[in-house]
Amino acid sequence: MTADLIFVLLALLTLVPAVWVAFSRNIVHAGFSLLLTLLGVAGLYAYLGADFVAVTQVMVYVGGVLVLILFTVMMTRVPQNGRPRHGLDRFVPAAVFALGVFGLLYKTITAVEWAASEGAVEPTTAEIGTNFITSYIFPFEYVSLVLLAAMIGAAILIRERRPEETEEPAAPAPETEEEVAS
Amino acid sequence: MNVGLPHFLTVSAALFSLGLFAVMSRRNAVGILMGVELMLNAASINFVAFSRYVQHGIDGQIMSAFIIVLAAAEAAVALAIVLAMFRNFGTVNADTVQSLKQ
Repeated sequence: MTADLIFVLLALLTLVPAVWVAFSRNIVHAGFSLLLTLLGVAGLYAYLGADFVAVTQVMVYVGGVLVLILFTVMMTRVPQNGRPRHGLDRFVPAAVFALGVFGLLYKTITAVEWAASEGAVEPTTAEIGTNFITSYIFPFEYVSLVLLAAMIGAAILIRERRPEETEEPAAPAPETEEEVAS
Repeated sequence: MNVGLPHFLTVSAALFSLGLFAVMSRRNAVGILMGVELMLNAASINFVAFSRYVQHGIDGQIMSAFIIVLAAAEAAVALAIVLAMFRNFGTVNADTVQSLKQ
């Protein structure tokens, strides 16, 4: 009974801020809601007995990716002239498509007779570590290569060009009222 | 109510649909990236849930760890692209940026 209550609370902690991420006009509010959603997902991992993944989720997502996202949001604020446009042309097809996908997934989930059974919950960190350097050694090395490539690529992308390299200083585009967070 | 696999799959499906909606409806490039993160998290929940209830092993958890690492790499590159876009075009609106080079 208590376990069910904890699951419901974790699911609400995940989904309610996720609604805000999807619908909020204010991109800063969406970013901080994403924080709660990611914490809720980490709680769901812990509920499923995946302790290593839960801690990794908190450290990498909440500690790294989210800080990057909020940092970018604050670096790219443009002055808002006027109200954000309503964008109903975009809202309706997106809502219809997303609801259709959810309906299809939900129908599949309820229609299939899952061969599910509870397994024993035990600490997984040691076993995951052993697997990383035995059966998953090649994916593990590939992922480290991908991380290195992504790091170098990101550093090159946001590198400030020296004046002699640039042909002409890039003039900022004229601001329109569409540039507000939407 | 006995919490089982379908409950986790339903939460994950809802999270995926919300992420899909954010990707399709948002104009801000950072908002689109947030939607992608939601969808990746939904997939990751599925991996861990199946590993707990069906496989009784840890392969799903290892896949989940890989997803988290790749999502971090993706976020770093995508945010670098957004910053470069902001420097070159002065906007992060995905609709108004229509050329690869200014």
